[in-house]
Amino acid sequence: MEPGNEPLIKFDSVVKRFGDNVVLDGLDLDVNAGERVTLIGPSGSGKTTILRLLMTLEHVNGGTIWVGGRPFSHMYRGDKLVPASEKYLREHRKTIGMVFQQFNLFPNMTVRKNVTEGPVHSLGVPKEEASERAVELLEMVGLADKIDAHPTQLSGGQQQRVAIARALAMRPEILLLDEVTSALDPELVAGVLDVLREIARETDITMLCVTHEMAFARDVSDRVFMFDAGRIAESGPPEQIFGDPHEDRTKSFLKAVLEHD
Amino acid sequence: MWDVEFTRLLIPALLTGLWVTVQATVLGYALALVLGLAVAMVRRVKVVGGIVFVVTEFIRTTPVLVQLVFIFSLSALSDVSPLTIGIVVLGVHYSTYTAEVYRSGIEGVAKGQWEACRALSLPSHRVWGAVVLPQAIRKVIPALGNYLIAMFKDTPLLFAISVPEMLSVANDLGGQYFRSFEAYTLVGAAFLLVAVPSAVVIRRLERRYAAV
Ligand SMILES: Nc1ncnc2c1ncn2[C@@H]1O[C@H](COP(=O)(O)OP(=O)(O)OP(=O)(O)O)[C@@H](O)[C@H]1O
Ligand SMILES: [Mg+2]
Repeated sequence: MEPGNEPLIKFDSVVKRFGDNVVLDGLDLDVNAGERVTLIGPSGSGKTTILRLLMTLEHVNGGTIWVGGRPFSHMYRGDKLVPASEKYLREHRKTIGMVFQQFNLFPNMTVRKNVTEGPVHSLGVPKEEASERAVELLEMVGLADKIDAHPTQLSGGQQQRVAIARALAMRPEILLLDEVTSALDPELVAGVLDVLREIARETDITMLCVTHEMAFARDVSDRVFMFDAGRIAESGPPEQIFGDPHEDRTKSFLKAVLEHD
Repeated sequence: MWDVEFTRLLIPALLTGLWVTVQATVLGYALALVLGLAVAMVRRVKVVGGIVFVVTEFIRTTPVLVQLVFIFSLSALSDVSPLTIGIVVLGVHYSTYTAEVYRSGIEGVAKGQWEACRALSLPSHRVWGAVVLPQAIRKVIPALGNYLIAMFKDTPLLFAISVPEMLSVANDLGGQYFRSFEAYTLVGAAFLLVAVPSAVVIRRLERRYAAV
């Protein structure tokens, strides 16, 4: 492969099973550096699983995940690939950040601590510097005035914006977003999506979003992957997927989602 | 008739006994808190955790009185004081209970908290020290407090290994002056005097921490 053309993220025949339930059955998937990718598809099709594998919250049962041209789910021992050790994963997943559907902020810490905890204790950034950066990020998500609040004092939308700031504080190359607006009251969704649009505009972070917000997917993504039963049914630029879907599965899925809205 | 003279004589002695009781409770409880936490954490480790589980189950299901006299008899030739033995045995025994309490607290911490830690690549001392334990312990403070009272109430068992706590003082003096009724009544009163206010404090804690 030519350097430079190499995808940043590469799933190579990835298999993921939960017991007898084969969720991903030899999945191949490439994402390029800086690309904004949206994963859509019916419930249970494996979208979350893909993000969780990248965050190393789950481990592959077969195949290999590559990030930045290096093995990620595996590591080299001599010239053989063996499943990555915890230590290897800890080092390599620092380039990846994740925002969860349920925010998962640390309720026992202030907003500031939530945002600085990772940089200070995992990247070794000096406290002062991490704190300044936290202020910048919280300004970006419109919550600078909440820096000393506790998560329980914030609305869902505010908590999710803090969670986005917390993920960005790690200066990730890759940002994983799993239905980050699904747990929010409808009137709070727009604020969070606006923040994500701004990140897409202002940074070159590679983004993988699982979302049911089709308008948002159309706006920010370079490519949309339509999943069905652990396989990519169809992928392409959003204009094509939403405007001229080729596959029946895509058509029926989009019809169902749009009717639901 | 209640013997007032004897009561005057008994009270200072009982206070000395109470002091021993308090020492046994406080030090034993401190040991139970620390050891229980260690047990709860180690139990999550694969093989070692299994071994620790078996050992703690064994300790938890045998009577503490049997453990006391057994360890006491083993150490008969050493010069370890009975009080020290009492503190260690009570502390170890109660650590098997506090370990269960911590475990339930740790399991009560949402899975998403662990995942967020992982997503931030936090080192394990931060995962435990800054995220999991502060949330877990907060929830179990009332349950831990109940074991403080339970342990306090178990200290008369130290009588069996001749620790001069309140009951043994009362027993000695009561026997000597043929005034056991007064002696045991005062011991009961002393326990009530300490346990009731403690229970009230723990109810308060319970209400305060349950609210969050
Ligand atoms: N921890 C787990 N244990 C067992 N099965 C699981 C686990 N996580 C996911 N699964 C199963 O894997 C399949 C794919 O789940 P996944 O969460 O990836 O789907 P999804 O596309 O994100 O769906 P949704 O749109 O509902 O979020 C489902 O059948 C699910 O039941
Ligand atoms: Mg999902």
